[in-house]
Amino acid sequence: MKSKLGIDFNKVEHARGLARRIADQVQGFVNGYTTVAVERTLCRLLGIDGVDAHAVPLPNVLIDELKEKNVLGEGILFFLGNALVETGLTPQQVAEQVAQGKLDLTQVKVSSAEAREQALKPYIDESIRRIVANRRRRENYIATIGEGPKPYLYVIVATGNIYEDVVQAQAAARQGADIIAVIRTTGQSLLDYVPYGATTEGFGGTFATQENFRIMRKALDEVGEEVGRYIRLCNYCSGLCMPEIAVMGALEGLDVMLNDALYGILFRDINMQRTLVDQFMSRVINGFAGVIINTGEDNYLTTADAVEEAHTVLASDLINEQLALLAGLPEEQMGLGHAFEMDPMLENGFLYELAQAQMTREIFPKATLKYMPPTKFMTGNIFRGHIQDALFNMVGVWTAQGIQLLGMPTEAIHTPFMSDRYLSIENARYIFNNMKNIGDEVMFKEDGIIQNRAKEVLDKATVLLERIEQEGLFSALEKGIFADIKRPKNGGKGLDGVSVKGKNYWNPFVEIMKNR
Amino acid sequence: MSGGLYSTEGRDFDQTLDLKKIKPYGDTMNDGKTQLSFTLPVPAGDEAIEAAKQLMKKMGFENPQIVFHKELTEGYTFFNCYGNCVHTVDYTDIYVPKVESTKWDMPETDQFVREHIGRKIVVVGASTGTDAHTVGIDAIMNMKGFAGHYGLERYEMFEAVNMGSQVTNEEFIAKAIELKADALLVSQTVTQKDIHIRNLTELVEMLEAEGLRDQVILACGGPRISHELAKELGYDAGFGMNTYADDVASFIAQELDRRLHATDF
Repeated sequence: MKSKLGIDFNKVEHARGLARRIADQVQGFVNGYTTVAVERTLCRLLGIDGVDAHAVPLPNVLIDELKEKNVLGEGILFFLGNALVETGLTPQQVAEQVAQGKLDLTQVKVSSAEAREQALKPYIDESIRRIVANRRRRENYIATIGEGPKPYLYVIVATGNIYEDVVQAQAAARQGADIIAVIRTTGQSLLDYVPYGATTEGFGGTFATQENFRIMRKALDEVGEEVGRYIRLCNYCSGLCMPEIAVMGALEGLDVMLNDALYGILFRDINMQRTLVDQFMSRVINGFAGVIINTGEDNYLTTADAVEEAHTVLASDLINEQLALLAGLPEEQMGLGHAFEMDPMLENGFLYELAQAQMTREIFPKATLKYMPPTKFMTGNIFRGHIQDALFNMVGVWTAQGIQLLGMPTEAIHTPFMSDRYLSIENARYIFNNMKNIGDEVMFKEDGIIQNRAKEVLDKATVLLERIEQEGLFSALEKGIFADIKRPKNGGKGLDGVSVKGKNYWNPFVEIMKNR
Repeated sequence: MSGGLYSTEGRDFDQTLDLKKIKPYGDTMNDGKTQLSFTLPVPAGDEAIEAAKQLMKKMGFENPQIVFHKELTEGYTFFNCYGNCVHTVDYTDIYVPKVESTKWDMPETDQFVREHIGRKIVVVGASTGTDAHTVGIDAIMNMKGFAGHYGLERYEMFEAVNMGSQVTNEEFIAKAIELKADALLVSQTVTQKDIHIRNLTELVEMLEAEGLRDQVILACGGPRISHELAKELGYDAGFGMNTYADDVASFIAQELDRRLHATDF
């Protein structure tokens, strides 16, 4: 590909190689560990669902017990396998027995590995079958009713009530939205369990639960058939339940998931060991389920300066790409994040934004890039905000972004009204149509502001990656390399849910899913 | 024809400014011209427009005009409207409680602290509760600050500790005790269903229970926070939109000086 920016792709390959070595180091760590969230995910993959008499999800009941008895590292499949062989019950029945105090998983007679695997196999096959069926369902919809052109229009709903969310989401789809993200209630990322059932109360968003996923999936399929366009559903595979949310999404046919350990480490103070182990399993599942992941680099620029720190976004995108590849997630499913967050008063800021968006496009040619709108400099002046969003939309269509996360004129005031969403979609559709082929028509001046900006960002990102490769990612995070935020390796939330894998540890899903 | 862009209607109202009876200004004094938009849960049509006009009249607008409407989805219609507001307020009788301090820039504040306090002021800040937004506390505390206003970390005479987001009130208080904080800053961005009120109130109650409330300067900030609200909730100050680290630093320096050098008793 000929670069419009005069980018030297040998330099890109060098940077990518650095990122690969950084990711390999992380993976070397990840392979030796499991977490409470990964083990709960395995429970769900075996069909265990529901809550006990105290509203504790059954996966938590099982895994908390393993943790208490200090045997988490052996893995839940060891204990469940033994229980299935010994009792002849289903995994769900075993979980119910444990919840009622009638069965102690750690006291069951140990069977042979072959016997355990044979007993577990039907349940493993069944969840794989269900996830494959959901992937086919999506592919079939896209083949028959079709989908909107890229950049996909992504809007959020955030009423707190899943049934109200449905009304908002269907309205947005009729207005032209391609992706509906149901924002999670504030604080859910720090819960070490996934709530159960349909929910109608939330703050700044709606609980992610499997039942809520199901309700919204059904609503979007209905409206998709009505408007003749497949409508994607997005949720959040981040926080302390990364892989569990991934499996729920895979089982219920979600299409897009926020999925970024680095984001959780920096912005939610989640322990880095915990979340990188969780992330691997969640990306294996998302990759297999055909789910597009979105990474959260855009957030770096909400705390750090968007001009000075642009290279940290590129460096992180390159690392995230390699971590995703290691989990078997194809490039097309990578919604690597970047953002339009410069101070609108900056002279030639639009040119810098254009340069960076084009650079990101050229460096990740197959990725479904996620482009985030201005948020930091949205002021409450809704009229100027609408123009800022228009400039953002121009860059989006010009540089062929994958997912355009639509800015709202009322950003920084309230979660979107139905009318805010309408105005934003109208803004984007107008610009996307009116400027459709501008990217094919306009070249950039050789050695001009735009070309030089892109080269500068790439060079700075490379220097940073060289440093991280020397340090290792964990140490780099401790030193505050991203977003000016420092996080200790043994600090943050969720570290006590991490365990070294024991000799009986078994998780067949990684191989099955990666080698689909 | 009435109203409209090229209206030639007579202007039979008093066009002199009276601060005891002010109303919105479009292009002529006392014309009351107001722009607003809203959505009604009804399908588009003549009845919807009439409903919007009647509602405008109830809101106190004469000559309501629906200049644009659009059915957003089945059963919900959006309106852009103009009208002439009939109500007035007495501007001469307005009282707004404000943070009572002189706003200085960073060198002035540092200088004042050096001379009057004689040591660094310890400030602990956080976005507390489940609120995950750090944008507010970062703008006030981080080295870089916001929009050209340096944050407290850059002040020579402030020891600023930013705990980030989703800090529980318990952790926040523990940190305040550990560092012997002079001032505590709480940022609240998410305000849906008044969660910020509950959270802010809880902090005050916990500080009182620990006997700490009077030992610290307590301030809160965020886009939906006003000084008046902050005082109501038991805070010493509230910082809303368009306030920066300068405002906060000047206030803390002056308030601490006042407390340390109070001469009563």
